[in-house]
Amino acid sequence: MSGIRFDSVSVAYNGTTVLDSLDLTVEPGEVMALLGPSGSGKTTALRAVAGFVRPLSGRVLIGGRDVTALPPHKRGIGMVVQQYALFPHMRVEENVAFGLRAQKAPRAEIPARVAEALEMTGMGAYAKRYPRELSGGQQQRVAIARALAIRPGVLLLDEPLSALDAQLRSGMLTELARLHRELPEVSILYVTHDQVEALTLADRIAVMDRARLQDCGTPQQLYRAPRTEFTASFVGNANLLPVTVADGGAVFAGRPLALDPGRAAPGSTATLCVRPHLLGLGEGPNALRGTIAEVQWRGSTHRLYVDVDGHRVKADLPELRETPALGDEVTLHFEPRDAVLLSAGVSHA
Amino acid sequence: MPDASGRAATQNPAPAGPSAPVGVAVVGRAGVPAVAGAAPRGLWGAAPQGVRRALWVLPPVAVLALVFLYPLALVVQQSFTPENGGGAFDAYASVFASASFREALGTTVWLAVGATAGCLLLGFTLALIIAFVPFPGAKAVARFIDVFLSFPSFLITLALLFIYGTVGMANGVWTDLFGVAEGPFRFLTTPWGVLLAEITYFTPFVMRPLLAAFSQLDTAQLEVAAGLGARPARIVRQVILPESLPALAAGGSLVLVMCLNEFGIVLFTGAKDVTTLPMLIYGKAILESDYAAACVVAVVNIAISVGLFGLYRVVGKRAGA
Repeated sequence: MSGIRFDSVSVAYNGTTVLDSLDLTVEPGEVMALLGPSGSGKTTALRAVAGFVRPLSGRVLIGGRDVTALPPHKRGIGMVVQQYALFPHMRVEENVAFGLRAQKAPRAEIPARVAEALEMTGMGAYAKRYPRELSGGQQQRVAIARALAIRPGVLLLDEPLSALDAQLRSGMLTELARLHRELPEVSILYVTHDQVEALTLADRIAVMDRARLQDCGTPQQLYRAPRTEFTASFVGNANLLPVTVADGGAVFAGRPLALDPGRAAPGSTATLCVRPHLLGLGEGPNALRGTIAEVQWRGSTHRLYVDVDGHRVKADLPELRETPALGDEVTLHFEPRDAVLLSAGVSHA
Repeated sequence: MPDASGRAATQNPAPAGPSAPVGVAVVGRAGVPAVAGAAPRGLWGAAPQGVRRALWVLPPVAVLALVFLYPLALVVQQSFTPENGGGAFDAYASVFASASFREALGTTVWLAVGATAGCLLLGFTLALIIAFVPFPGAKAVARFIDVFLSFPSFLITLALLFIYGTVGMANGVWTDLFGVAEGPFRFLTTPWGVLLAEITYFTPFVMRPLLAAFSQLDTAQLEVAAGLGARPARIVRQVILPESLPALAAGGSLVLVMCLNEFGIVLFTGAKDVTTLPMLIYGKAILESDYAAACVVAVVNIAISVGLFGLYRVVGKRAGA
């Protein structure tokens, strides 16, 4: 079983730092999602593991072995990329056999291992086809089979579902989760900008922004108790409101709110984080009164945008029978346990 | 419906009339606005579509026929009408029976095939380095390839003469170094000199389509291949080479045809014993004034070139190029 360790890894292109002192460990058999917007450094981190970029400083370890100076072909990793990167002149079975031949697997073993990888990804019936004869989803399955055929200790997935439509993406997410259950020994580094993919698949999520690691934890930890404003807004699109910490709560726009202030000192400024779907419409604890700025119908839910004392608050509510009109005065509320207070010091690590 | 160019049609084919929606703006896939119901108006007015097409085709065909096909027809006609009388195929029989023709044909073919093989090998290697091995000035080198294509062939030969000619730089350095009267470099006036000059001149013709093909290659394929354990040599052999075969075929066939017809390089090397078909045509027409024989050799030369082009098209289509 192989894990991955980034030991203060920095990467720069032409003097611009694109990955800044990354310290991160992916435990053997763990699925770690690198989540962040474009330019956050997540793909660079993955490419450093693959050996396609040489760190300016720091070390990359796979299975405890320092691979920083090793060329890609000596690292023994499987890789799946956004655009599949199948070899168009090879049939599906030849694509899957490519890595086995490159690693000089015994010739007699190759057909069985190709068949096994294709069966695992549900592509056994397509062995003789060319990539151009397959759909996007099928091509991605072949790419996964090709990566798994070499039985890698580490599997790198670089935005593997981005090129698929929403329905296929959902199906492939289920497939990837199943594959990981079947191959618990494989450590997976999964790069994505899609929080749903990260929350669904990952054992832990490393949130990245501006070349730095911002936060790392289980999906539940990051969602329910984010440590930074960036994590709170990027994972779950939380409402962030400036408050002043008080005894037993906080004060927002002169109104007291009841919540757990944690270790924040009374009188200090902080940011209140509350998820849109944890807000209720109508009177209740921690009421926020404001004016409807926009109403969006999203099928099973309504999203309300409410201006509260100069701050735009988002609320996701089960489909309303009577939707408020623009300009209506409404009251939102939330339970004290549903809010998190982010101290000013960790607003953007 | 897509039109002949493969683009979505952007004009409403319905003729203008009372039932046609007039003045409705339609934007096709290409983003070109058209007006539904308005009949297309061009240079040829309201003539039927077939006639309009014929009228557009006529001018270029007429020019082509006048400046190219007609002189070509004259050459073919001359080859069947010997000036001193006799049968239509007498000139062919006479030329085919001559040892000089057979020798020229053999020399032309082996030089062309050899030069093409050399160009493919050298061109593929150089293009690989320029495209995939990062070094300062790679872009400038790639641009120079384009400039090189515009050079006349004799210029390259002249440059080689300066270096490897009897009184060229290489021999000069040799005589200076060893105090001998003559240097050892005398190959330029042999078939090998012609081969070197042709490879030097025609290699960029292989590199240009290859560089274009390499720029289209998905680099993720190369990275994934390396990640799967493939060494660079395997990646070149199993990923890059197969995907660049159409470009190699295009460049190679172009070089082959150009080498078959190359005249300036052979002339400028001064290789008196190297007679290719174009040199034979020159000798028959200009030096011997045997126009019928010259035309016969020219027809053979054209037939080989067109035949090779046809073969390239057939092979290219089967390969999906």
